[in-house]
Amino acid sequence: MKKSKFSLLLVLTLVLSMFLAACSGGDKKDEAATDNDSDAKGSELAETQEITVLESAEIPSMDSVLAEDTVGFTMINNVNEGLFRLDQEQNAVPALSDGEPTVSEDGTVYTFKLRDAKWSNGDTVTAHDFVYAWQRAIGQETASFYGPYIMSGVIKNAVQVNAGELDVNQLGVEALSDNELKVTLEKPVPYFTALMAFPTFYPQNQKFVEEKGADYAKNAENLIFNGPFKMTKWDGVAATEWTLEKNEEYWDAENVTLTKINYNTSKDPQAAANAFEAGQADVTPKLSTPAVISQYEGDPRLVTWLEPTEFWLKLNQENEALANKNIRFAISLAFDKDALVNDILQNGSLAANYAVPAGFVKHPETGEDFREANGDMNTFDAEKAKEYWTKGLAELGVDKLELNFLGGDTETSKTVDAFLKDQLQNNLPGLTINLESVPFSVRLDREDTQDYDILHAGWGPDYPDPMTYSDLWLTGGGHNKMSYSSAKYDELVKSAQGELAAKPAERFEALQEAEKVLFEDAALAPTYQRASNVLVSDKLEGFTYHIFGPEYSWKYAKLNK
Amino acid sequence: MIKYIGQRVIYMIITLFLIASMTFFLMKLIPGTPFKNQAKMSDEQLEMMLDHYKLDEPVPVQYVAYMTNLVKGDLGTSYQFANTPVSELLGARIGASALLGFQALLVGTVFGIILGVIGALKQNTWIDYGTTFIAVIGKSIPSFVFAGLLQYYVGVKLGWFPVAFWKGPEYTVMPTIALAMFPIAIAARFMRTEMVEVLGSDYITLARAKGANYFEIAFKHALRNALIPVITVLGPLAVSLMTGSLVIEKIFSVPGLGEQFVKSVQVNDYSVIMATTLLFAFLFIVVILIVDILYGLIDPRIRLAGGKK
Repeated sequence: MKKSKFSLLLVLTLVLSMFLAACSGGDKKDEAATDNDSDAKGSELAETQEITVLESAEIPSMDSVLAEDTVGFTMINNVNEGLFRLDQEQNAVPALSDGEPTVSEDGTVYTFKLRDAKWSNGDTVTAHDFVYAWQRAIGQETASFYGPYIMSGVIKNAVQVNAGELDVNQLGVEALSDNELKVTLEKPVPYFTALMAFPTFYPQNQKFVEEKGADYAKNAENLIFNGPFKMTKWDGVAATEWTLEKNEEYWDAENVTLTKINYNTSKDPQAAANAFEAGQADVTPKLSTPAVISQYEGDPRLVTWLEPTEFWLKLNQENEALANKNIRFAISLAFDKDALVNDILQNGSLAANYAVPAGFVKHPETGEDFREANGDMNTFDAEKAKEYWTKGLAELGVDKLELNFLGGDTETSKTVDAFLKDQLQNNLPGLTINLESVPFSVRLDREDTQDYDILHAGWGPDYPDPMTYSDLWLTGGGHNKMSYSSAKYDELVKSAQGELAAKPAERFEALQEAEKVLFEDAALAPTYQRASNVLVSDKLEGFTYHIFGPEYSWKYAKLNK
Repeated sequence: MIKYIGQRVIYMIITLFLIASMTFFLMKLIPGTPFKNQAKMSDEQLEMMLDHYKLDEPVPVQYVAYMTNLVKGDLGTSYQFANTPVSELLGARIGASALLGFQALLVGTVFGIILGVIGALKQNTWIDYGTTFIAVIGKSIPSFVFAGLLQYYVGVKLGWFPVAFWKGPEYTVMPTIALAMFPIAIAARFMRTEMVEVLGSDYITLARAKGANYFEIAFKHALRNALIPVITVLGPLAVSLMTGSLVIEKIFSVPGLGEQFVKSVQVNDYSVIMATTLLFAFLFIVVILIVDILYGLIDPRIRLAGGKK
C-alpha cells in the first residue's frame, strides 16, 4: 500500500517537472530568425535564398503518371520538366523541347527535338524516356486516372490502348532517335504544346523506375529529377514536411535563384496566416475563409487571382418542372450573384454570367478573351425571373413547386447554398427549396445517377481550351448528367471537335456560338467564378502561380533583402 | 487473474471481429467511390477503375476478401495516397498523436486532480469557486476557439512558442495545453465532487477525531478513494486523446491520425477507414481492460471476477 501511494506522488512530480521543462527554453531561435529578416529593404538579393511555403495537403503521389492532385502536380512541376513549361504569364514555353516542334501540314504529327538535359543520376534525358512514361500512363495495369483522361481523343490510339484492344506500342508516340520525339495525334489539337506542360506528359527514366520497382516515388531517396529543383527530403505520402533544393544539373540552372524551399502543411487558414505573421512561412496555402482574407484587405502581401474554375446550378431536366424552359429561365435569373460574391464569398470571386470562365482562353487571331465577344449572358434580374416563373407555372398548371437542391457540406458550400435557397424562394413565389448538404463523394454519386433536381457543382480545367467547358453539355456526354440535349449545340461543338479542328479561329467562334445556344435554352444557372487568395512575403519576387495543371513555379522566384 | 485476462482477450477478439464486420458493411452503404477525380471520369474509365480495384464485386465477396487479408495482417492500401499500404500511413502518423495525447493526458490529469482536490479542501471559498470556474471554462470553450486564441496570443503576439508545425519538443507545448483543457476540466470536476463526498464520510470523521493530520487525511485516505470515478472517465478519454484530435491537429499542423481518419471517411478511402476504426476499437478495449485492473490496485475492496487471492 505504501509503495503505491509513493509511486503516485512520484508520477505527479515527474509530470509536473516534464511540463515545466517543456515550457522553458527552446523558442529563442525563432525570434532571432525573424529579427534578421526585417532588416533593410530593397531589391537587392538576400544572401540566403531559402523560403518556407505552406501547402494545404500532403503529397499523395510523386509518380508523374499517377499523380492526380494539385500539390503533387506542383511538386512534380518544380522537380521535373516536360517538353514545355508554363512561364510567368501562363504561356507554355519550350523547356526540354529545343525550340518549337515541327508540325505536319494537317496538324496531327509533332516532332520535337530535345535539348541536352540530364537526370539527377547523370543519365541523359532521351526521347525514350517520354515514350516510356506515356506508355506507362496509358497502360491498363498502371490504373492511372490522368493518363487515359488527358490522352483520350488526343494521342493516337490512346483509347484503344487503354481498353486493351491495342498493344501499348501502338500509342502515337515514338522515339525517332535519342533526341527526337514524334507524337501522332488523333486530330489537330490547338492547345497541344500547353498539354506538354502537364505533368502526366513528363518523361520518366525507365532504368531508374524499373530498378526501384514498388519503391519508386515512395520517398525522396526513390526519386529522380530533371527539373529546376531536387526533392531532398520527403518521407512519403504521410509526411507533412518536405524540402526542395536547387538542382545544379538543371539545364537552365543559371536562371534559378532560390536554393532551398522548405514545405510544411497547414490546413487551417487562420493558423496559416498566424504562421505567416510569426515569420514561420513566406507563402501560405490558398485562404478560403472571408474572415481571414478580410484582415489583409489592401495589404500588398495578399495576392489574389481569378481561377478559371466556375460553379453553377445544374438543372436536371428529368424533373418535369425543370424540363420547362421558362422555369429554368426563372431559376437562372432569380439570385443576386453580386451579393453572393461581395457579401458571402468576399474573396475576390466574380459573379459568373457565363459558361466559359473569364481570363481563361483568348481568340487565336484577335487575342481577345473568350468573354469579350459573348459578354454577360445570364445576369440577375428579379423582375424578369418572376415573369418567366409565372409563365412557367401557368404552363405546368400549378401554383407552387418543390425542388431538391443538392450542395456540398463544406462551410463555404453551406453558406453559399443557404444564400441561394433564400434568394430563390424570395424571388420566386410559391417555390420551396429543400436543401441537402452532402459530402463530395456522395454528391458525385448522386450527380452520376441524376438523383437531384438542382445541383451546385463546379468545373476546373486541366488545359487552356474552351472545349474543356463546351464538351460538358453534349447530348449524352459523360459529364452532362442533367439530360440537356440540343441538336444545335451538339452540332456546333462537334464541328469544333471535328472539321474545324485545323481552323483555330473558326473553331473558337463556333464554341462561342455554342455558349449562346446554351443560354438560349437556359440549360445552366452559373453562380460564380472562384478567386484564389494567398499571402506572399513582400521580400519574395517573381512569385508565379498557374491557372491549370501545377499551381506554382518556383523557378522564377527570388528572395530580396 | 491470468484466467480473467485470458477470458477478456478472447472477448476482445470477438468484439473486434464484430466491429470490423459492422464497419465494413456500414462503410459500403456510403454512396460514391474512393476516386478523387470521379467527376472527370467517363463511364468507361470509372468501370475500368472499379474493376481494377475489385470494387465492382458484390459486397459480401469484398468482405470475405478483406477479412481474409486482415487475418493475415494485411490492412490493404490507401486510395487517396497512391496505393500506399495503410500500415505505413498509420505508422507514420500514430507517433505524433500518441505523444501529444500522452502529454495532454498527463498535464490534464495532474492539473485536474490538483484543482479538484484544492477545490474540495477549500470547499465554498473563493478558491473553490475559482477552480470550478476554470473547469467550466475548460469544458465549455470549444477547443478550436481556445487553440486559436492560444496560437494567436502566445504564438504570434508573445512569440513564446512556435506557432505551428512539428519539429521538436517546443512545438508540442501549445497543442498539449490546448488538448489538455478538456481533461483538466473533467478531472477537476469529478475529483472535486468525489473528494467532497469522501471527506464527508464516516471514516474520515473518525480519522479526524483520532487527531490525524489534515494533509495525511486528504492524501492518504480521501484521495485514493476519490480517484475511482476519475480513472473510469480518464480511460476512454485517454484513447480519444491519443488517437488524435482533428481540430488541434489542423490548427497546429500536427502530423497525427485524427485528421487522416476524418478525411478517409469523407473520401471513401475504405482501407484507411477500416484500419483506423479497428485501431481505435482495439485501443479502447485495451484501455477498458487496464482500467478494470487498475480498480483492483487502487481499491482493494474491488476484486476482479475470477481473481483469487
